Amino acid sequence: MSEMKYHNNFLREVEERVEEGHMVKMCMQCGVCSGSCPFGPHWAHPPQELFMMIRAGKREEVLSSDSMWMCTSCYQCIVRCPRKLPITHIMHGLAYLAKREGKVPKGQPTAQFGQMFWDNLTKTGRVNELKLSLSLYFKDGFGQGIKNAMAMQSVGLGLMKAGRLNPLEILGGHSIKDKSGFQAMLKKAREIEDTRRKLA
Amino acid sequence: MTEVVATNQTILVVGGGISGMTAALEAAECGKDVVLVEKNPVLGGRVSQLYRYFPKMCHPVCGLEINQRRIKMNPRIRVLTMAEVTEISGQKGDYTASVKISPRYVNENCTGCGDCAQAAETEIPDAYNYNLGKVKAAFLPSKMAHPQRYVVDPSVVGTPEGEKIKAACKYNAVDLEMKEETLQLKAGAIVWATGWKPYDAAKIQPYGYDRFSNVITNVEFERLADPHGPTGGKLLRPSDGKEAKNVAFIQCAGSRDENHLRHCSRFCCTASLKQTQYVREKFGDEASSTVYYIDIRAIDRFEDFYAKVRADQSVKLVKSKVAKIVQDPKSGDVVLHGVDTEGYHRYANSHDLVVLAVGMEPSVKGAGVPAEVAADASGFLIPGDVNGGIFGAGCATNALDVNRAVQSATASALRAIQVINKVASVEG
Repeated sequence: MSEMKYHNNFLREVEERVEEGHMVKMCMQCGVCSGSCPFGPHWAHPPQELFMMIRAGKREEVLSSDSMWMCTSCYQCIVRCPRKLPITHIMHGLAYLAKREGKVPKGQPTAQFGQMFWDNLTKTGRVNELKLSLSLYFKDGFGQGIKNAMAMQSVGLGLMKAGRLNPLEILGGHSIKDKSGFQAMLKKAREIEDTRRKLA
Repeated sequence: MTEVVATNQTILVVGGGISGMTAALEAAECGKDVVLVEKNPVLGGRVSQLYRYFPKMCHPVCGLEINQRRIKMNPRIRVLTMAEVTEISGQKGDYTASVKISPRYVNENCTGCGDCAQAAETEIPDAYNYNLGKVKAAFLPSKMAHPQRYVVDPSVVGTPEGEKIKAACKYNAVDLEMKEETLQLKAGAIVWATGWKPYDAAKIQPYGYDRFSNVITNVEFERLADPHGPTGGKLLRPSDGKEAKNVAFIQCAGSRDENHLRHCSRFCCTASLKQTQYVREKFGDEASSTVYYIDIRAIDRFEDFYAKVRADQSVKLVKSKVAKIVQDPKSGDVVLHGVDTEGYHRYANSHDLVVLAVGMEPSVKGAGVPAEVAADASGFLIPGDVNGGIFGAGCATNALDVNRAVQSATASALRAIQVINKVASVEG
């Protein structure tokens, strides 16, 4: 009963299913990570608060928070943490769990771009940069997409002149040699990860 | 040549701070012969550099004076200053220690009149005041110095200034011909009481101790508050000499930190609470102290003291480890950035002065002791069979406040006495 009420097995879930999740309990709530984060003022919950929420069993609030999606992997928190918590890794682990559980806030740009990048990459085994940037420009609708593309026009032309951007990539783009082998590999990797993290 | 009679029934006490003095006195007053070796020119160690003690807010000079008197009166204690133990050989009950004695250039004729300091022109950093001020190259290390005898700095020896200093002495006490010497001393047991040193604050990069003049350490703050300190007891900040009425204290500066000292240094919380009362004492209702902490660890009997300070209107406690300090180059004010744990509010608080409550590390780590001894990961001495007749005392064994250091020293004196008694019973 009490477990249902307080849901305090969320910490256990994080320990099991999140990368480096077993270190969450080591946090001593000093606040150095939160104060050191360059994106700090823009998060709903700084890392220290997120860890306390995990320990308080606030599963819904943690997984639907946008905070872990704001992490830019600058590693300032890891460097300064007096308990050496791998905070950056935990943030990414939490983001992954939130994604798998379908709790990502709607329209969260980092999550959206992550998905775009993944879809783009896994299709051919190569990142199609032209398609990736276009899908990013047009993610908020056609009108906004044209505006974005116009704003970036000179950069695109410059890249093209320098031979760094092939306009023909729009037709599908080049791919790696053994595409199906590559995709089988990803599938296997995901199976392993799912079993290990009990995500399946 | 210094002559010291020592046998294998002598106890050698290394370090003349509060712990070493205590161990030496306890042993001597039990009838044992003691040689007390101190690296500095005077006894007293870091306790002599404190303005007040917690929790009673009394002055350490009081207890130090009592100990100095006891030492002076006790014929069984032989004190060697400017002396360092460089080598220890032998075993429990039969040690031989090499003691290197640096020249003081002043002999026992010195009356402490100060004419030599008048004659000296060169100024050197004042170690007693943690280098916050300067002293003449012929100096008395502190007002309470024991032995009450001047020291001539080696930098002026062999110069015309040195000769001038020598000529100024009416008592023929300045002896520029003194040379470094090494003594071999016998001892049955050794008490190792070399104490602690403040953690190097410059290593805590985000706090900018090496970059910002108005970021100082807790030991330096003691000197600012002390009437014998560089500011004559006024709390003036280093950048512009402005009165520091709004002072921030940052706890765990280096302690409880995997990147610095792993251990809790124990004394710093109560020490900072004590130091807030210095600000209160100097500025009354205009005083403002803010203590930034992870947990206030007012250990032992100090909970009452903590409660008393907490009730003081001039003191604010903020549960947060400060993430970063920036000093405004124009105003000299220091701005502390962080997020507090009680509500997760982001702050950028401006203060006149920041005091880092730096922790303790052993001044001689286990590996630095010239004998095989057991030590923990931080270098503090711990009990162990390999130690034989060498006993750690005071802050050489752990981060301790004065009260606990004295208890530890008394315990080590008793252990040393037991070794000596055994030696005596065999020798009859």
